Amino acid sequence: MESAVANKYVIFKLENEFYGVGIDHVETIEKMMDITRVPKAEAYVKGVINLRGDIVPVVDLRERFNLSVADSFADKRIIINRIDEMMIGFIVDSASEVKDIANEDIDISIVAENFNEGFVRGIAKDTDRVIIILDVHKIIGV
Amino acid sequence: MFELDQYIDIFLDESKEHLENLNTNLLELESNPSNIETINEIFRIAHTLKGMSATMGFEKTAKLTHKMESVLDDIRSGQALINTRMVDLLFEVLDRVDNFIKSIESTGNEGNLPIDDLIEKLENVLCAEEEGKPEQAESVQTKENEGYIANVVKSAKAQNLSAYKIKVFLDENCMLKSARAFLVFKTIEENGEIIYSNPPTEDIEDEKFDLEFELIVVTSIKPEELKTKIINISEVKDATISEYSADEIIEQAEAAIEEEFGEIEIAEEAIEKTSIEEEIEIIKQRVQQKEVEFEIKADETQEESEQTTNRKGKVGKTVRVDINRLDNLMNLVSELIIVKTRLEDIEIGSKNQNANDAIEYLETITTNLHDAVMKVRMVPIERVFNRFPRMIRDLSKSLDKEVNLIMSGEETEVDRTVIDEIGDPLIHLLRNSLDHGIEKPDVRAKLNKSEVGTLKLLAYPDGNNVVIEVADDGSGLDIEKIKKKAIEKELVTQEKLEAMDEKDIASLVLMPGFSTADKISDISGRGVGLDVVKTKIESLGGIIEIETERNVGSKFIIRLPLTLAIIQALLIMIGNEKYAIPLNNIKEITNIEKDKIRSVEGRDIVLYRGKTLPLVDLGDVLEVGERDRDKKDINVIVVKKGERDLGIIVDDLIGQQEIVIKSLGKYLKGINFVAGATILGNGSVALIIDTNSLFN
Repeated sequence: MESAVANKYVIFKLENEFYGVGIDHVETIEKMMDITRVPKAEAYVKGVINLRGDIVPVVDLRERFNLSVADSFADKRIIINRIDEMMIGFIVDSASEVKDIANEDIDISIVAENFNEGFVRGIAKDTDRVIIILDVHKIIGV
Repeated sequence: MFELDQYIDIFLDESKEHLENLNTNLLELESNPSNIETINEIFRIAHTLKGMSATMGFEKTAKLTHKMESVLDDIRSGQALINTRMVDLLFEVLDRVDNFIKSIESTGNEGNLPIDDLIEKLENVLCAEEEGKPEQAESVQTKENEGYIANVVKSAKAQNLSAYKIKVFLDENCMLKSARAFLVFKTIEENGEIIYSNPPTEDIEDEKFDLEFELIVVTSIKPEELKTKIINISEVKDATISEYSADEIIEQAEAAIEEEFGEIEIAEEAIEKTSIEEEIEIIKQRVQQKEVEFEIKADETQEESEQTTNRKGKVGKTVRVDINRLDNLMNLVSELIIVKTRLEDIEIGSKNQNANDAIEYLETITTNLHDAVMKVRMVPIERVFNRFPRMIRDLSKSLDKEVNLIMSGEETEVDRTVIDEIGDPLIHLLRNSLDHGIEKPDVRAKLNKSEVGTLKLLAYPDGNNVVIEVADDGSGLDIEKIKKKAIEKELVTQEKLEAMDEKDIASLVLMPGFSTADKISDISGRGVGLDVVKTKIESLGGIIEIETERNVGSKFIIRLPLTLAIIQALLIMIGNEKYAIPLNNIKEITNIEKDKIRSVEGRDIVLYRGKTLPLVDLGDVLEVGERDRDKKDINVIVVKKGERDLGIIVDDLIGQQEIVIKSLGKYLKGINFVAGATILGNGSVALIIDTNSLFN
């Protein structure tokens, strides 16, 4: 998609940094709810939730990015994604908005081959902040 | 461009259905080459596929099916005949189209395979058959048409419709003649039916006409109206419309029959070179065609028109349903059952008789609703069975074996998840029987068996289960060889082997790494297959058993539970976590004293009912934190797997409950020890333990 098209991104926060994921994968954003632990899964897979009758696994993004673990945010949200026919949730500190970001505003030059295990696709500059654009496939490890 | 993307799913769905249909019909054609109905059906399918793929822009498929359609048209009109070469070629075409469709499904385009090789073969097959003189063939064609037309016109009159002959003249400057003609056709079809066109529709589509074409149309509107509509189409210069009388045509047709028999004789002479059988086939086909066309019975045409409406969409009989909607329905019913369970737990009923009655009634309704929804998900197993005849045909040819495949019970219904998963295991078992079981014809003759082997595929319901049997009358399993291989591959110890009966020994072939085939063939022999079959069947909640007798044959019996999604389970606690253990697998629930546990070879065991019972601490296996380790009495759930027992240590027992099994989803597919999840009455999730995985 190398056009001058703007794509919509869901913007959320982790530890004072802003992140964005493309909206085409996002299904819904849910409030935090009880998570049932799944034994023998990856450490960053916190477990599964009951999403209106469906069982959906959730990934703790703080843990995935090796940030400190924090439980006590009231604004915690779970962003439910549909990736390659799998439903997977991301636990984030808070989710703020949906924003249009043009491809040309995303700087991919600073992203070296193995930077951050490829989680980061690029950096977008907003008026007063920086938004880190993520690659969802790399996050779920597929 | 056109928004064709939204149609791609429908296109794929329908194409696959047509291809399945085509497969069945080609097999039918092979055994009954002179059946006109089969030939017509195949022609119709090719025609539909051509249209669909052309609309979607898939050129290779369109061209190939177009060619196939031409060949079939020639067959229909008696210019080409059916022989094994022709059928094999048609199967080849079917496979190529199938390949294109599969490629479209996964990549969006038709892939790299060519069509020129098959187009050439189809051309050659046409040429080779044109030994009858072409001019005669054409006149045969027109006479046949007249017969058919007379038929339709007569029945149209019976329904108060009128027949007209319409001649359409296009403008000299007309650019896209075929598109223009298409518009004319469309306009006419909005008000009636076109039963004949000269030149034929094929040629009109390929623009093989000058500036005019003739149509015979049946319609209920006034001819002047129709003429006005046609002339109103731009680039149509003029149109003439005249009444078409059936009687003239019938006279012509009758004269034609007399000529016809003369022609058949000439045709016979011309085809001296072909074998007697082929001669007879041609005559049979021609005669049958005549029979079909010249029989002017009102009820026959009635049947025909009923058939076409049925074929068009199986009106009133079936409905296509999006799988997601079915799953949604299933989810809702499951939630209903959970809520019902909650009501029962709250024990409203014990204080209030009315409430009690209501809850009981609710129970009946939910059970019925659940059964009804499960039935919606049921699909006849024929869906899976119908690809086997073709597979066996091809396989037996490549193995030089003769086999007769007998299938029964195709109408037996199974849950749709079973349909999706049972195909591969069955294919493997069938291939296995054909490869290793059925002997070559000469070997069979020596053993006083008929040279043609028998392969039986049966399905039938049995209580709450569906049973599928794959049986062959081949060489049976070699018990001694199995014993040797098992020891060789260290799959079992000598002592164990001695304790086993024949059935158990036969079941050793289902273990991973087992294969007594000396050579690895493309089909089997890698020692990978049968244990994969067993795993798949067990993942569906079923079991597989083997019955065999040397030189007589073998039978693989698969037993699958009918309803997959709702089971009785025992809810337990380990630490703060709740888990569910399917009641099916539980033999007994008991209590033992902690000090009675012994350690043998690194494993915990306890003496229970005179036998040693191995123990496993579920909390340790599942790495549950925060547990109370000080208990003196331990809750043990004794589960079984085949002949073996295992004691599972849990912290607390909560109770028995009906639960709905939900999958953990693709992302968590490979998690050990967990078979799925369930949603409890309070909305929380409990994982379901796969007890089989705890053994070893």
